[in-house]
Amino acid sequence: MEYAVKALGITHIFGEKSVLSHIDLKIQKGEVFGLLGPSGAGKTTLIKILTGQLKPCEGTAELFGMDTEKLKSSDYRNIGIMMDNFGLYERLSCYDNLKIFTTIYGLPKDRIGEALKSVGLGETGRTAVMRLSKGMKSRMRLARVLLQKPAILFLDEPTSGLDPATASDIHRLLKKEQEKGTTIVLTTHNMSEAARLCGQSVLLNEGHIVEQGSPAEICRRYNHQKKIRLHLYDGRDLEIANASSSARLLEKCLLEELVETIHTTEPSLETVFMELTGRGFD
Amino acid sequence: MNNIKAVLEKQIKDTLKNKTILIQFVMFPALTLIMENLVQIENMPNHFFAKLFSVMYVGMAPLTCMAAILAEEKEQNTLRVLLMSNVKPWEYLMGTGFYIWAICMAGACIFALCGEYAGMSLILFLLTMSVGIITSIILGAAIGTHSKNQMTATSITLPVMMLLSFLPMLSMFNTNIRRAASAFYTQQISMLLQQTDMSWSLKGAGVVLINILIAAVFFICAYRRCGLE
Ligand SMILES: Nc1ncnc2c1ncn2[C@@H]1O[C@H](COP(=O)(O)OP(=O)(O)O)[C@@H](O)[C@H]1O
Ligand SMILES: [Mg+2]
Repeated sequence: MEYAVKALGITHIFGEKSVLSHIDLKIQKGEVFGLLGPSGAGKTTLIKILTGQLKPCEGTAELFGMDTEKLKSSDYRNIGIMMDNFGLYERLSCYDNLKIFTTIYGLPKDRIGEALKSVGLGETGRTAVMRLSKGMKSRMRLARVLLQKPAILFLDEPTSGLDPATASDIHRLLKKEQEKGTTIVLTTHNMSEAARLCGQSVLLNEGHIVEQGSPAEICRRYNHQKKIRLHLYDGRDLEIANASSSARLLEKCLLEELVETIHTTEPSLETVFMELTGRGFD
Repeated sequence: MNNIKAVLEKQIKDTLKNKTILIQFVMFPALTLIMENLVQIENMPNHFFAKLFSVMYVGMAPLTCMAAILAEEKEQNTLRVLLMSNVKPWEYLMGTGFYIWAICMAGACIFALCGEYAGMSLILFLLTMSVGIITSIILGAAIGTHSKNQMTATSITLPVMMLLSFLPMLSMFNTNIRRAASAFYTQQISMLLQQTDMSWSLKGAGVVLINILIAAVFFICAYRRCGLE
């Protein structure tokens, strides 16, 4: 099985600070893979290493079997990278910004309108980039990478700073890209986004992988977090395990008609992460 | 070829919207048109303004534009995106450099028109301007490559540009300045334009060649240090 991305023992240190330590990753072709973790976890640094923008202190990374440190600029034809700090020509219109890249790659011009429409900027082709909101600029960056129809997409926080409706549009768009067979590697600190989008994922904390698997699988592993929460008429809250051991107590509460509300709580990526690291997100 | 074309097209569209660059390109040619046609001073050498402003143009426009464009692209992280999209550094530099050269040569044609150059002297004038413009572009590329952002670029460009464009003017009044200035290509070009036949002397050509080499060395050093990152 050939992997889209293979990383072995990636370790990176900025000055004195260890940002990534011994990261091993395998990402299958056609997968949506999430690099999850709070800000400062090392997600962006890892993306930079995986895309050959940064040389790791230790370890190796491969993209479709090619060593990422030896990627030539022609190899980037098939790699779409969207980073927060990637610039747009502010004075040029959205259309002209994308036209630069259709010229470079020798792509038909109608791709421009297509790409703009797919990120919901169909009407703003003539607007100068400097007149766009932050969210619209972020969508422009996405349009720029979609233009070249790459085999793999690296998206660093593709929906951060976007309103929920636009974020949903982006999610739909990414699903559509995946159906076309594009491999997608994305970072996010938004766990519900990860649960919606990602087939596989790793949880990063301070440069270490603390969990990996599909979001559902990770949650299942923390099933002991499954609880039943009761709110009683006398104002008390009870939290009991969602297991046979709780049957007696539950029966008693119900028989005595003490229960005002009853809920089950399942582990989410957030609560799993909290349990693993003792801290939350954001 | 596509890559150079993309860089060129982008640059043409951007310049029309970029006032600071646009002013650099049109200020001196416009000033020459005005001065040569409206200002008459007795005993003034023939086409004084056309010659003076030609030299100042060579020392200013290509230098500041090349440095500013490069530095802005680095600051805004747009150059990185181009380089990661299969554009080679030399293609970017060629595209941008050629573009500036072409615009400045158009400016040179206006000087030639105002200076009433014709025939052989027109060819020699344009050739001389072209050499000066290319030297300035290389120097600008060196400054732009060295600078991390536009601030740094401007702070280096300003004194260099002043030196190159004002020394030839000041040397008209002072022999010491003239002697010092003759080490710079702009003064050599200025002296050449003062002669009616504009024949390149061996010494003049040598000084200009050394200037080009020094500019090239500056550029290579800056490029070696960090590329176009
Ligand atoms: N160029 C750099 N120099 C020094 N430290 C850096 C650099 N880039 C990132 N860091 C540090 O590395 C850590 C991880 O950063 P980053 O990869 O951006 O995290 P994330 O994308 O998960 O928020 C942070 O503590 C950050 O301060
Ligand atoms: Mg980040």
